[in-house]
Order: sequence, then C-alpha cells, then structure tokens
Amino acid sequence: MTIDLENINVILATDCGSTTTKAILIEKVDGTYRQTYRGEAPTTVEKPFANVTIGVTNSVTEVGELASRQLTNEDGTIKQPAKDGDGCDLYISTSSAGGGLQMMVAGVIAEMTAASAKRAALGAGAIVMDVISSNDKRRPHEQIQRIRELRPDMILISGGTDGGTTEKVVQLAELIAPAKPQPRFGSEYEMPIIYAGNKDASDEVQKSLEEDWIDLAVVENLRPKLEQENLGPARDKIHDVFLEHVMAHAPGYNMLMDWTDADIMPTPGAVGDILQTIAKKDGINVVGVDIGGATTDVFSVFDETFNRTVSANLGMSYSISNVCAEATMPNVLRWVHFDMDERQLRNRVKNKMIRPTTIPQSLESLIFEQAVAREALRLAYKQHKEFATTLKGVQQQRTVGDTFSQQSSGNTIVDNMKLNLLVASGGVLSHAPSMNQTAMMLVDAFEPEGCTNLAKDSIFMMPHLGVLSAVHPEAASQVFERDCLIYLGTCIAAKGAGRIGKPCFTWSLTGDVTASGTSNFGDLDLIAMGPEQTGTITCEPAKGFDLGAGNGKKVTHEVRGGTVGLIIDGRGRPLGLPTDRQECQQTISQWVENMKLYEEMEQAVCTA
Amino acid sequence: MAHAYTPGLKVTSRMTYKVIRMLPIKGEVNVKVGDTVEADKIVAATYMPGDVYPLNMANLLAVPPKDVASLMLHKEGEKIEEGEPLAQTAGIFGKFKKIYKSPYSGTVETISDVTGQVILRGPDIPVEVRAYISGKVIDVAPEVGCTVENDAAFIQGIFGIGGETFGNIKIAVDTADQTLTAADLSEDMRGCVVVGGARMTVEAIEAARKFGVAAIVSGGMDDQDLRDFLGYDLGVAITGSEKKGITVVVTEGFGDISMASRTFELFKAFEGHEASVNGATQIRAGVMRPEIIIPLDAGSTDAEPEHSGGFLELGKPLRIIRDPYFGMIGTVKALPSDPHVLGSGSKARVLEVELNTGEAVIVPRANVELIEV
Repeated sequence: MTIDLENINVILATDCGSTTTKAILIEKVDGTYRQTYRGEAPTTVEKPFANVTIGVTNSVTEVGELASRQLTNEDGTIKQPAKDGDGCDLYISTSSAGGGLQMMVAGVIAEMTAASAKRAALGAGAIVMDVISSNDKRRPHEQIQRIRELRPDMILISGGTDGGTTEKVVQLAELIAPAKPQPRFGSEYEMPIIYAGNKDASDEVQKSLEEDWIDLAVVENLRPKLEQENLGPARDKIHDVFLEHVMAHAPGYNMLMDWTDADIMPTPGAVGDILQTIAKKDGINVVGVDIGGATTDVFSVFDETFNRTVSANLGMSYSISNVCAEATMPNVLRWVHFDMDERQLRNRVKNKMIRPTTIPQSLESLIFEQAVAREALRLAYKQHKEFATTLKGVQQQRTVGDTFSQQSSGNTIVDNMKLNLLVASGGVLSHAPSMNQTAMMLVDAFEPEGCTNLAKDSIFMMPHLGVLSAVHPEAASQVFERDCLIYLGTCIAAKGAGRIGKPCFTWSLTGDVTASGTSNFGDLDLIAMGPEQTGTITCEPAKGFDLGAGNGKKVTHEVRGGTVGLIIDGRGRPLGLPTDRQECQQTISQWVENMKLYEEMEQAVCTA
Repeated sequence: MAHAYTPGLKVTSRMTYKVIRMLPIKGEVNVKVGDTVEADKIVAATYMPGDVYPLNMANLLAVPPKDVASLMLHKEGEKIEEGEPLAQTAGIFGKFKKIYKSPYSGTVETISDVTGQVILRGPDIPVEVRAYISGKVIDVAPEVGCTVENDAAFIQGIFGIGGETFGNIKIAVDTADQTLTAADLSEDMRGCVVVGGARMTVEAIEAARKFGVAAIVSGGMDDQDLRDFLGYDLGVAITGSEKKGITVVVTEGFGDISMASRTFELFKAFEGHEASVNGATQIRAGVMRPEIIIPLDAGSTDAEPEHSGGFLELGKPLRIIRDPYFGMIGTVKALPSDPHVLGSGSKARVLEVELNTGEAVIVPRANVELIEV
C-alpha cells in the first residue's frame, strides 16, 4: 500500500503487550509531529475475549475521549482518514501478546553459525527457546527429545559457510524431521522452518525436511563466510513468517492486520529499529533496556552493530524469584542500607511471584524491589555482553605489535567507555517515585564509564516509534527527540580501582553551571544541572584511573543536565561493594544520602 | 464500583466441573458417552513414537556415506533387537568383515546417503490418560479423548507442586489458623489428601511423604521450607512435573498465613470424600493454579450461584496480599477516587480497609483480593 506522507497529520499507534494494550496519538502541531495523548486497556488475547482487537478498540477509545476526537467507528474499527477533527490518517501496531514470537534455532557450531542464527532471531524480536548445535554437549537423542518438547512458532536452521562442507548441516536437518516438533498454535498447522545455511546444502536439507507438516523456506546463508554475517534475509523471512503463521493464528490478529496501514511488528523488533535509527542519525553508541515482569530485554548499538538479548527469566514479578535465586539473596541485600530478615524476605519474594500485580506500599518494600531490579539488570547486561561479540571463529592476522595483546576473536563489542546514551524503560525504572532512583538503578547495574547520558522512555513509546520509523521516519524521529526521551542527566565515572578516600579524579565544569571539585575513590556526588542546561567538563584522573583518554590522561566532555543532574561517580569500575555487611550498609547509606534517593518522596508522603 | 486488580481464587461448594482428557497424539478412547468412570479409570491410551537414536554409520564403519545403505543388514522400516547385527562391511576378499551391532531395539527409520547417518527409533512409548475425576463421560472426541463431568466442590489454591493425584480428604488440624506439623501426620493417612490450617512445616511434608500421603494442602508454607523440600531454589513458577512422591498445595500464600475460613470449612464438610488434586501452577500468560476437586453425588443440592467477585464495593470482605499488612482480613471502608501517595512515594489508587481488629488502614487497590465468607 502506498502512503502519501505529505498528507499525514494524525497518526494512531498501538502496542499490544502481554497484559496491556497501549495506544498513542501523534499529531502535527505547528508543522512538527508531537505525541499528544495516550490511553491503555487490558489486552484481550486470552479467554474469555480471545480477540486482540477488543483491547485495541478500548485503548483507542480512551485516547479518543482524552483528545476529544472520535477515533473508532461504531463497529470498533479505526476511523480513517482524519476529517473534521475525527479519525486518523495512519494506523500502525506492534505486538508481543500471547508470549510474543517464540523460536528455536539450530546451527552447526554453537559459537559460530548457531550464534549468528540466534542473533538473527533475537534481532527480529523473537524469544529464543533453545539453540541446538552439533557441539552443545547434548547427545543427538537428547537434542531430539528437546526439540519434541518445545512448541516453537518457527525454527531457524543455519550452518556451514557457502562452499564449505554440507554434511553437518544436513545432519542437523535430519534430527529435526523425526522429532516432529509441534507448532504452538494448533497441531493442524504446518511448522514453519527457515533454512539459512550453506547454499550448497539446501537441496539436501529440503530433501530431509520433505514432510507434509513442514513449511520450509530457504533464504540466503546468514553466515556466508566466517568473517561475514548476513542476517537481513533471515530476519526479513522471520518477520514474514511471523505475520503469515503466528499472527494469523493468534486470536483476532487477522482482523487487526486488516486495520493497520503497515505490517504488525513484534514489539522488541520495533524497539531495536528505533534505537538503530537514532544511533545512526546521531552517530552514537546506545544501550537500551526494558525490564518487565517476566523478562528483561537489552538492546545495544555499538559502532552501528545492533544486538539484542532477552533474559527470559529475569523480571520483577513473574520472574522475581528467579532473580533472587540467580543473583543470590546476599547480592540483592548488598543494595539495601538496613537490616532485613532473610526468611521473611524469601516469603515476600514468592508472594510477589504468585500475585504479580501487587505494588510496594512501604518504603522498605520499594527499596528492596529496587535492589532486586539492580541485580536483574546487572545479570541481563552481563548476558548481553557475553552474547554481543565480534564474530567467533574468524582468524586474526597478527603483527609483532600484537605479541603482548593476545586479542582473540569473539570479544564483546559492548564497551561501557564508548557508551554515549543509556535508555531505561519498563515498570520498575519508569514508575520509580523519583527519577534519581531510576538513574541510580541504571548506574549501579550497568556501570557506565567515562561520560554517559542517561534517559528514560517517558511512556514506553519506543515500540510505536520503531514501527513508525519504517513508515514515516521523519515523524518517528521528531517524536523521539521531543516527547519520547526524558533526559535524566549525565554520569561521569572513572574506570579503575584505588584506596577509599584517595583522589580518583579532579573535575571542572563550565557552561550553564560552573563548579569544580575532587572526587575521591568511593565518592558519589550529585551536581544540580537542569534539563535545559549544558556544559563542558574537564576531568583529570589520578594514576590508575581512566575517563576515556587513557590511564591518568586528562579528558574533556560535553555534558547535558536533566531531571536528575550531573552524577560524579568516583566509585571506580568495576564497581565493588564492601563484603562486610555493616560496612556495606554504611557505604550504601552514604550514597543514598548524596544522591537524595529517598528524600523527595519522604517529603511528598509527609505533605500528602 | 471499582475493579479489584486481583480477584480472589475460586472456592465453591458446588459447581459443574468439566475436565477434558486428551491424548497428546491420536490413539484409542476406551469410554463412550454416558459411561460413569472412576478417577483412576484409563479413558484413553496410545503409543507415542519411540525415542530416536541417530548413529553415524559412515564413521562407525569407516566407509563413505554413500556406501552405508548397501552395507545395512536392515532396511528402512525393519525392526531390530538390541545386539543384533545392523550393518556389515564387505571386508577384504570376504574376510575381516566389520559388523556393527545395534545398541538399541527399535526400527530403522532413515538411512542417509549424504551424511551416512542412520536413525533408529526405539519401541513405542505407551501413554495413558486417566479420568482424573469420577463422573460421567459427556463427550468423546474419537481417537483423541473425552470430557468427564460431575458436580463438584472446587477449591483453587495459589501455588502447588506435583501433578495429578486423588485420595480421601483427611483433616489433620482443629482450626484454620493451626500450623501443620509432623506430629499431626500419621500412618493411617496413607493415600489421603491431608488438610492443614495455616503454615505447613517441611517436617510435616516429609512425614506425609513418608506415610504415603497422596497430597497435602494447607494455608501457607515458608519459602525456605519449600527450598529444603525440593532441594533447590524454585526460580520460575512453572510447576507440576516434580517427582517428589506427593502433591503439595498452598491455598493462601507464603509465610505463616491461615487458610481462609470458608475454604477450611468446606474441607471439613467433605472429610472422608474422595478428592482429585493437581499441584500444577503456571504464573504466566494463561495462568494455571493448583486445584482440589471434590466430586459430589448428582443433584443432591442446587448448584451454588456464581459469585460476582472482582468488584470492590463498600463492606465487601477482602484480604491484603502484600506487606506491611500481608494476610490481614478486613472489609472495604472507603474507595477514594483520587490517587494517594503511598509510603513508598509512589502514587496509586487506594482503598480504606477496616481490619478485623477495628483498625482502619489505607492500601493500594492492587494489593487486595476479595474473599468470600
């Protein structure tokens, strides 16, 4: 369908999440696109409704009421085009309802083609249920058993470089056919399988998978050479299959697909798209995080390379118990500056898990949840760093100069020193009573180094803007800059370790705010610097510390303020906390006080 | 009228309970519409294709993949027993033949001339589906399964472990707020569904298991005890497949929390009756809670009217499900419409609750669940 971008003045976008459907209205105001209203309603994919469009209509109706604009027709469909103050010109949607897109991927070598296949699936917005490879240490019959147990929406097979050996990838296909995996939606549907491996093996793979219950699609090899990834064709095919099979079989989606003016995208895929667009446009490195009840998604764009990971069991409600189990309770409690009874806490965590919609009422409860969030984010980012690597298996050409720096392939490309912008979204970060708390959860968990801008997605509209960027990049970009991000401020942090109280770096700030000082090792300070204020900071690190220019080398950065301000972090990297519980509590108490983490809210409670 | 975010769990003295019993793949259904079945009756059975064992025959015989098919002593579709020769090389001048004996019993499924891989499929695996509740078969899906229906008392728990089981109800405590300890368990409870009051201790669960109790149900349990019993920290709430020899169901939550008096009274009223119990819990999209079903004699009393549940109204009884008032019972005293700043600093819609102690407290609406008394 051709869309006349010139005549688009009113855009309606929905994101159908697992629990809530969120609708936003974007209008052209004085020649600029702005997000104006938002509404939400429970998602209606599950019984008794079993029709996603009911939730969409409800959320859109709420937006319409707020905007005094009739956006739906009497039959619940979207009113188009915009005319006489009613309707909209463009309607788009994303979806992660019903568990999103769930995939199984297979590749010959876990660290090479299987990793590339996983990257393709994650980049397309899927949840990867399992990765099967020839060297995953499971015996073939165990792999078959696993394939049988899973009920993926689709399977992606890769393996071998073009022109290389065909045997291993054909073997892989031969495992899948007898396993007869059942698709998630309805056993009568064909199981979509995408083959994106060695092109020379495609005939044999097709022969192995010639079954009436398989719908096989062959696309270009996603790893045509060891040193080259070609994820685009596989990602596009995943998206097509998502629309043709998964969406078409999900309740009410056929109707929704008719309503939208562009293809429905999986929510995380859309978030990835908008982050890539922004990183490319501004020439920056970005990390984005979305922490939900069940999962945590981490997105990164470093030197234009995009990566996404989903930590399936790290979240703040359904998965809170798993965060505590994985991180261990002592690691969670190190962020809490008072004593708590561990036996009682364990019960609280489980009660949150079994009744996931409850919210913290007391300050103590909030502080504990934010401690869990730090650990969930830390673990999710650790998994992301381990996954976002340079291509493994690529031979490195070494020179004499490399003798003392044995760089191997497969190193993480996530470099906190190069990180320019860290974006937060998801309940515990977005709805924290104070933005200082959001900023500190980010800094403690992600440990940014050098100079990093911190921001949060105001109302989680990145999915909407992601799909909009595919249709109307200008509108998406304008709304992203003006309405999507709330800048929290900038964090200045030095890499290295020293002795508590000894100088870490000296700094001098000029511009809208003038200040200077010395940050000693272990210090954490907050400098007031408002959202409209900018400045230049010059830092001189002590020996053993690095702020981006090298060990002990002076560095200058442009900084911007925000709702929180300028964070001067002299705690060193990697961030270490005292192992002694009493000492740790004292340290955290000091940081809490310096960052004014709970001050404002205590006042708010008193005056309410 | 406002919506309660967390509607209470279903507890009813009589309802029509239907359960669909399906085979994972097509098979044989052993019952017909109108049959009366007991809980342990096998209503449908089938055979799942056996496990698959790939053998890299080209490597095993040290021959090129294309030669494998000609060296196979059993062709595709043929059965073979463990230890029987499966393939044999031609040898040199008819001598020094290399014989490969099958490591498994089963059928030769495929022989690949590309990879030299042979796939053996093991013997079929029998799958049986039981009725789960005693009742009447009201529908049969040929080759797939059936639907069993009965009038039943129904109690939904909040969390459980272990799968389907059944037994006669045995009350082990005097009151709903009594802790269930090992001393409350005895040998004569073998095969029973034992009901406690408040928290059950890990010693009580271990004693129940030792005595062969089918299922143990109580108001609460400590997470530490759950960990001690399972032997690991339960991270994700997807349960039901644990093989601990007993099904455990918690009706209210974690910690020292009394069983709701209505639930406890219901169990007491049906002491000695047979109950079907499933501990399977899944707290994700498509939430699944553990359940206790007590089949009743048909038509003995009228079905209990459907409770409207889910709406907060003045005077309605409720329970607080989050600290600092976790587990406390009260009634809705007021429903202010404006958001309120909580002790945590967050703004949320709240309600005023008059606790049973007479004290009035403000609680977020998300932190209560309606109960029936």
